[in-house]
Amino acid sequence: MVTPFLFFLLAVVAVTAALGMLFSRNPVSSALWLVLNLFCIAGLYLTLNAEFIGIIQVLVYAGAIMVLFLFVIMLLNLSALPTLESLDWKAVAGFVVAMVVLAQLVYMLASGLGALPTTILAEQAAATGDASTIAKELFTRYALPFEVIGVLLLVATIGALMLAKRKPI
Amino acid sequence: MDLPLWLTAIIAFLIINFMLVSASVLVFAERKVSGYIQNRPGPNRVGPFGFLQPFADVAKLLFKEDIVPEASSKFIHSLAPILMVIIAMSVPAVIPFARGFVIADPDVGVLVILALTSIAVYGVTLAGWSSNSKYSLLGGLRSSAQMISYELSMGLAVVSVVLIAGSLSVVDIVESQADGWAVLGWNVFRNPIGAIIFIVTAFAETNRAPFDLPEAEQELVGGYHTEYSGMKFGMFFLAEYVNWFVASFVIATLFFGGYLIPFEPLFADAFYANGFGWLLGILQFLCLMAKVAFFAFLFIWVRWTLPRFKYNQLMTIGWKYLLPIALVNTLVIALGVAIFQTIF
Repeated sequence: MVTPFLFFLLAVVAVTAALGMLFSRNPVSSALWLVLNLFCIAGLYLTLNAEFIGIIQVLVYAGAIMVLFLFVIMLLNLSALPTLESLDWKAVAGFVVAMVVLAQLVYMLASGLGALPTTILAEQAAATGDASTIAKELFTRYALPFEVIGVLLLVATIGALMLAKRKPI
Repeated sequence: MDLPLWLTAIIAFLIINFMLVSASVLVFAERKVSGYIQNRPGPNRVGPFGFLQPFADVAKLLFKEDIVPEASSKFIHSLAPILMVIIAMSVPAVIPFARGFVIADPDVGVLVILALTSIAVYGVTLAGWSSNSKYSLLGGLRSSAQMISYELSMGLAVVSVVLIAGSLSVVDIVESQADGWAVLGWNVFRNPIGAIIFIVTAFAETNRAPFDLPEAEQELVGGYHTEYSGMKFGMFFLAEYVNWFVASFVIATLFFGGYLIPFEPLFADAFYANGFGWLLGILQFLCLMAKVAFFAFLFIWVRWTLPRFKYNQLMTIGWKYLLPIALVNTLVIALGVAIFQTIF
């Protein structure tokens, strides 16, 4: 099977990219690591048969939002942060170990309570991942939240415009 | 049609080489046509009618020294041209060349095209930033601002096509243009405003004149590729021509019936009945190529006829004219489709 292999490859690259974004001292390379991370997430969606969400992830996040980020970073010409002189490796190692233990505990607790998500067959996933199914759900069951989000985005846009047009005092 | 992976790989390899050769033909065509527009012969020394000129240029670029600026960000500086070429070469994967002849037909094919055009800006932006030169940076900045502004209108024009076809698959969109007398089923007649908006935004997205501000040579030396030399510059050049060729394919596919031949329903059955289905496929491919050739010519024609926009004009056109027109057009098309469906 190719899919588990793909999953682990994408997951490892995604985590590496996320760490790279956090630890990189240059804003542009941070942004580029984030782009790589978003691509990996899109790939994960594709392995889950959610084609629509995967492509929208690339189109909206990688293609529009991150381009805006890059544009602003380059326009403001942000300088790189000074490199760290010393890093407390003991604290980092302690944090990693604590996180691993926490993840194990949460996993055991969740499986004990039966709260883990059940596996979904590929056919079911393919049936729910296409655009028309998502659209039906979105415009029937979740119609009200959808409209509310639309109004919220409109309010945010108008607010941004008001802030940008305000005369300096 | 589910082909084994190795066969798909071979077909993809052939199509990539087809795109490469087409790019050099386009370079030749551009220089020749621009020559005629400016009343001079154009290249005519290398080979018959100067036809081998682009190949000579490629050989020259291959042997040139590759200079990387000292203060540049080396990895990204090398990555940017590769990114440009890869993204430009990926779009043909979802374009149907004849009935049943398409590398991949995902349910969201149109969105794949939009996603690939939207990430194509990274090549230009990163090239501009990593070169560490003010001209390159200005070119990269202009490119990202321009792409973001025109992507919205382009997306809305595509949405109006999707509404008419009722599907996000490229093959379904082409087939939905089959009915109607001769060419009247084509989306350009059902959705003329959307077609015009899409063609204009396609010019902007491919950074072609009159929207070639990212590389405006009179102001920015060479724009985003000022600091590139040798084959890396060649790759930018290649990506520009492939992008333009691919844009012609997308325009022909979405708005001008793709591979459909006018009056096809009249004689298609005769071909299939006599076992000449493959011949019909070849005719469809030639028909698509004729449409693509026309749009490729249109790109050259416009480039050597219209002067470049100023930056503020570019933004005014994008945000104050194209976007509202595209929004209203999408609304009208949506209402039209809804009314049409309730009546029939």
